Amino acid sequence: MTFDEGQGYVVLATIAVPLLVALILIFTPGTQKMAVRYLSAVTGAILAALSIYIFVAYQVDGEQAQMNLRWTWVENTAFLGENGIALRLAVDGISALLALLTGIVAFAGALASWKIEYRNKDFFILYWILLAGVYGTFFAYDLFFFFFFYELAVMPLYLLIGVWGSTRKEYGAAKLTLMLVGGSVLIWIGIFAVFHQANIGTFDLPSLWAAGQNGTISPTAQKVIFPLMAVGCGVLAALWPFHTWSPDGHMSAPTAVSMVHAGVLMKLGAFGIIRLGIQLLPEGAQFWMPALMVLGTVGAVYGATAALTQRDFKLISGYSSVSHMGYVLMGLATMNTIGITGAVLQMFSHGVMTALVFLMIGALYDQAHTRDMKEFGGLAKVMPLWVIFYAIAGLANVGLPGFSGFTAEFHIFVGTFRTYPVFGALAIFAAALAAAYMLRMFATVFFGPTNPHWKDLKDLTPLERLSGAMLIASIVIMGVWWAPFIDRVGHTVTLLPGVTG
Amino acid sequence: MRDYALFVPEYIACGVALLVIAIELFAPKFRKDVLAYLTALGALAWFGAGLAFLDRDPKSYQGLFLSDDFTSFFRLLAAGIVFIVALMSAEFLKRQKGVDHGEFYGLLLVAGSAMTIMAGATELLTAYLALEVLSFSLYILVGILKRDLRSNEASLKYILLGAFSSALFLYGLSLVYGTAGTTSYAGIAEAYARRDSGLDPAVAVGLMLILAGVGFKVSAAPFHMWAPDAYEGAPLPITAFLSTLSKAAGFALILRLFSSAFVTDAETWRWAFLALAALTMTVGNLIAIQQKNLKRLVAYSSIGQVGYMLITIAALGYGDAQVGLNATSGLLVHLIGYIVTTLALFSALTAAVNRTGSEEIVGLRGLAETQPFLALVITASLFSFAGLPFFAGFATKLFLFQGATTDETIWVIALAVLNSFISLYYYLMVIRQMYLFDPVGDASRFRVQPVVWGLAAVLLVGILFIGMYPGPAFEFSEQAARPLFDAASAARVQAP
Repeated sequence: MTFDEGQGYVVLATIAVPLLVALILIFTPGTQKMAVRYLSAVTGAILAALSIYIFVAYQVDGEQAQMNLRWTWVENTAFLGENGIALRLAVDGISALLALLTGIVAFAGALASWKIEYRNKDFFILYWILLAGVYGTFFAYDLFFFFFFYELAVMPLYLLIGVWGSTRKEYGAAKLTLMLVGGSVLIWIGIFAVFHQANIGTFDLPSLWAAGQNGTISPTAQKVIFPLMAVGCGVLAALWPFHTWSPDGHMSAPTAVSMVHAGVLMKLGAFGIIRLGIQLLPEGAQFWMPALMVLGTVGAVYGATAALTQRDFKLISGYSSVSHMGYVLMGLATMNTIGITGAVLQMFSHGVMTALVFLMIGALYDQAHTRDMKEFGGLAKVMPLWVIFYAIAGLANVGLPGFSGFTAEFHIFVGTFRTYPVFGALAIFAAALAAAYMLRMFATVFFGPTNPHWKDLKDLTPLERLSGAMLIASIVIMGVWWAPFIDRVGHTVTLLPGVTG
Repeated sequence: MRDYALFVPEYIACGVALLVIAIELFAPKFRKDVLAYLTALGALAWFGAGLAFLDRDPKSYQGLFLSDDFTSFFRLLAAGIVFIVALMSAEFLKRQKGVDHGEFYGLLLVAGSAMTIMAGATELLTAYLALEVLSFSLYILVGILKRDLRSNEASLKYILLGAFSSALFLYGLSLVYGTAGTTSYAGIAEAYARRDSGLDPAVAVGLMLILAGVGFKVSAAPFHMWAPDAYEGAPLPITAFLSTLSKAAGFALILRLFSSAFVTDAETWRWAFLALAALTMTVGNLIAIQQKNLKRLVAYSSIGQVGYMLITIAALGYGDAQVGLNATSGLLVHLIGYIVTTLALFSALTAAVNRTGSEEIVGLRGLAETQPFLALVITASLFSFAGLPFFAGFATKLFLFQGATTDETIWVIALAVLNSFISLYYYLMVIRQMYLFDPVGDASRFRVQPVVWGLAAVLLVGILFIGMYPGPAFEFSEQAARPLFDAASAARVQAP
């Protein structure tokens, strides 16, 4: 076994460990609530450690796909030829960064779910299945398993939101599930078409990528299939006008699910556009990217405007996520190195930042049982630490230098100005709106007259501090020392087909 | 030479059937649930004998019946279904009044044997007779609850419409015989290949009538009207039997018939199967949304599934032998997944209904609280139907659709994927009842019969295994599909 293969088992472990824990939890009696919590916290720590290892061990001067692992699943049967379906896992620069994000958010989310009392065992079973799906999607180098894990990540959401959620949870859960699966349907149709067009009898992604790049999948077909893939994945990335599940879903979801969902799951959509769009169908991507640029910009401006008018914390964050994912899509649509690098950095930045926001909202809502901004005031005196944490998230959201949001958005804006200056200007306008809705919140909630009704609110618990501190550390590190992040992402982005320097 | 040894597994099945009926007849005091276990044991022996026939060279019985891996595949499927349904029924039937247990279990075995003959038939009348044996067994089984009016009504509707469809089928056969001059599949193919090209009205009408007849048997829209009523009135295990065995048998017959006898006339019938598929899946899934009764929901959902499977038959007509092999392998593996899933669903439902006595969807309210294991099995089955990963349906549906993808069929594939999205909606409505609401009345945990519990657990493992590691099932399906498209085996059929 080579060293690279050995590292492949580390990658496998990120999928196997959460699944194994879910299996152990199934056979744990539901009354052992503390044991469930400790097991889950440890699992989160293990995943975070594995993710950090993968991120650090990825060689920026090495091969594209590192830490390879391949187990043949089915081959030479009916329409499947050599290597028909294989559990093939590998890491590239983009997935290394997104895996790091997943590890941090998963750990923070597990700690934030410590408080859950009602059937917490079942909650964690679904939570770990979801995360196994997320890791699997990031690492899959086989189209079958890519889709397998992608769906696996979406599947548990219905119960997670429907059972443990809050405001209008049934509606939010059903809407979110149906819209996301509706997106998967388009991807599914796209997969059949791609496999049929490529006609090489394998779901191996690198082989299919080669087929897409050398024209085995004809340019006409690529132009037809690309919208299926882009819209299908785009639904999960809150692509305007398919974003409507995002505010409702986030409003209903429990804290940890909001964290993982906005933090990581939405990134699966944008990641899917890279994997199944830019890499698999480069001709189609060239043709359609201007359209994606328009939709991304509309999303960015629309999300920010809508956030400005909302009073519910979670709705503000839900719409702000739409806006930030709009930036991501704009970055991808530039089709130049700097823009796409910025998009991937923005995925990470928005992931940690939004997870922190939802963690804070959860910490407040669990005590106050309301999320109406107008009800609060002067919380800086009552919950100083909470306010500081929230403010950091807010400033990162706005893109203040020194925080991760600046690094990411700067790249996106530069990339956009190179190809589409008008849209670049609109994007900066949206960033200004972000400053407006964040400052509005600072003014009404953090400062201003103290509402005596809330003088008994408690500040963050130790666990919330720990998970918040991890997220803040990620925000700040990326804000000041971005080289390791950009190196890894850039290593892969420069080699994407059809991308200009 | 007449090779009677080809039917050894069916001798076992029918022998046990006679034994079970005789025990009931001559020893009426005999414990009834033992009959169920005896039947299960018989099915197991039948399965074992069936295994011995795998991997053998195809052998024909007088040009009427071909014993190859395709036949063996359906034989094993039939034995497995009978085994599980018999075990499922043991507890259920004890609670019903006025049921003849011997007949019930005996007919399960007879119906299973009929399915094997349908899969192996290479001659029209043999196929027709096997089809009728199966249908008559089902007519009786559906109406076996003599004192239950709904069961009687269901049986009556089933018989009337079934007889009508048999007549259509027979008329179709006679037209085919009239134009081809033979009833052997290979002979028909040869006669049609020799004929001048161009549309022959008699052939076209004959094929359409046959299509309507088999469409009825697999409950394809617009010939599906009997299914919801029959499903609803039949005892629960028979509903499971109907939605697995009778559908699999129908497809066994269609596959062999249309891949050999009528393959040269593909242009005449392929569009009809495509239209039938599109209509069936859409009708099934759309009507399923409005259902309140569990059995009717499953009935319409299984009509939707039939729609997906029919695409395969259309693909047989649109592609060459390789496409046919791909599509058929996909269909067979999907049948395995579908059958395991349906049986898992019904074993859990039977256990739940044994307790609550309600067959409505709201009857499952709060099941996650009162019996989490059953709720898990039901959820896994429904997710498997919807094609979500981890569960059999994800892999098998992907193989089914991918195998049937040709340039002409891809729009129906897209429609099918959209339909499986619709189906997720009504499955979620069931899951919602179990997980999102508190139980009505007694909220304490209840115990499940160990046999049913074990059955559900084994089937759940089956769903997960096929879903996560579909390789073996897919390879087995390809092995079973291969004889249909092997030129060599076709030649062997011709020489009796």
